[in-house]
Amino acid sequence: MTFLPRDWDSHPPLIYSDYKSTNLRGPTLPLVPIRHSGCETTGPAFGPQYLGQLDHDLTKNAQVNGEPLGERIVVTGQVRDESGHPIPNTLIEVWQANAAGRYIHVVDDHGAPLDPNFMGAGRCVSDDKGNYRFYTVKPGAYPWKNHHNAWRPNHIHFSLLGPAMATRLVTQMYFPGDPLLDLDPIFQGAPAAARHRLVSRFSIEVTEPEFAIGYVFDIVLRGQTATPVQH
Amino acid sequence: MSSEQTPSQTVGPYFAYTLTPKQYGYNFTSIADPQMVDEKIQGERIRITGQVLDGEGAPVSDAMIEIWQVDAAGRYPDASRQDGFTGFGRVGTGTDTHNRFWFDTIKPGATPDGQAPHLNVMVFMRGLLSHLYTRIYFSDEDALNTSDPVLENVDETRRQTLVAEREETPAGTVYHFDIHMQGASETVFFDV
Repeated sequence: MTFLPRDWDSHPPLIYSDYKSTNLRGPTLPLVPIRHSGCETTGPAFGPQYLGQLDHDLTKNAQVNGEPLGERIVVTGQVRDESGHPIPNTLIEVWQANAAGRYIHVVDDHGAPLDPNFMGAGRCVSDDKGNYRFYTVKPGAYPWKNHHNAWRPNHIHFSLLGPAMATRLVTQMYFPGDPLLDLDPIFQGAPAAARHRLVSRFSIEVTEPEFAIGYVFDIVLRGQTATPVQH
Repeated sequence: MSSEQTPSQTVGPYFAYTLTPKQYGYNFTSIADPQMVDEKIQGERIRITGQVLDGEGAPVSDAMIEIWQVDAAGRYPDASRQDGFTGFGRVGTGTDTHNRFWFDTIKPGATPDGQAPHLNVMVFMRGLLSHLYTRIYFSDEDALNTSDPVLENVDETRRQTLVAEREETPAGTVYHFDIHMQGASETVFFDV
């Protein structure tokens, strides 16, 4: 078994000069090809037994004295591979700013308020059809120092393991219609033809009446080759 | 239904309260940690430590490093494993005074298909839009390193960037491995 290659027409380059910190952190020499062995085609297994009871509900898992402020949302989608096969039982970790655009991380010095009832950390595991779901509040935009008047669009960070080390993916989910997307060098770092895959879609079917606005974000990880590669 | 790969994005500077909460002191459980072994797990105890250095040689204070490894017998852990060894470690470079990463683990064995003992490494940080893969081999495994099929495929002048130096200290065996993002000693990264 082996995995289809990382599709560099889908993934951002390692140096993308508009995103300034890539200039000293992206390697300059070409990546060295490697033939897949068990090292690349196996990976850590973290199933539902690793989840806490409220890990999938960011509106509840850090409450101190009430509900967090902000627009409550539900985010759901399918994790699948490039052949369309669902990827069940895979760990999804998420983190985000609060509704005011402030991260709880000690390094964040943005002058927006922290919310005592919101941390912004969560995780879930995809079910047998590859579907996942979590509850949170819509994250706010926040300023950063990449360039003059730089603002990150609303986004949620995602980390996925998938079935193997080769399928590891860290990405960000964005929201439809956000005017900051066109100005954001991190989003723009993804190749133009692939960017739309990072933008979730509003869904009235997923929206829960009198409770939460629904967004759908499907995630496609690398697929497996159907037959062993002949050498 | 799109079945094209979802693009990667940077892990950003604020991953720690979800991905490495225990290490950074956040009130959220950790699924993976730099401390990868307890007394139940068989094998030679080792510590791996080093810095991530940017193109100006400055240590990176907001990188996250993950490793995936076999056990001392060369087997990859799976869900059926009883001793609690997951083979997976995760650490951020933001809690050590010198921005070092470290893993306390067991030395991996050679794999049945003839690869020298090594750790599979994933590198994430602000300023890295797609994560990177590298490997850590061991300086006391010269013979096996020489016949390793992956090292063999790396330009000879760059192989040393993949080998950690062994040191015996009063606290135990330590391997030193710096990750150079750029420069004359730029680490070899693989297109896994």
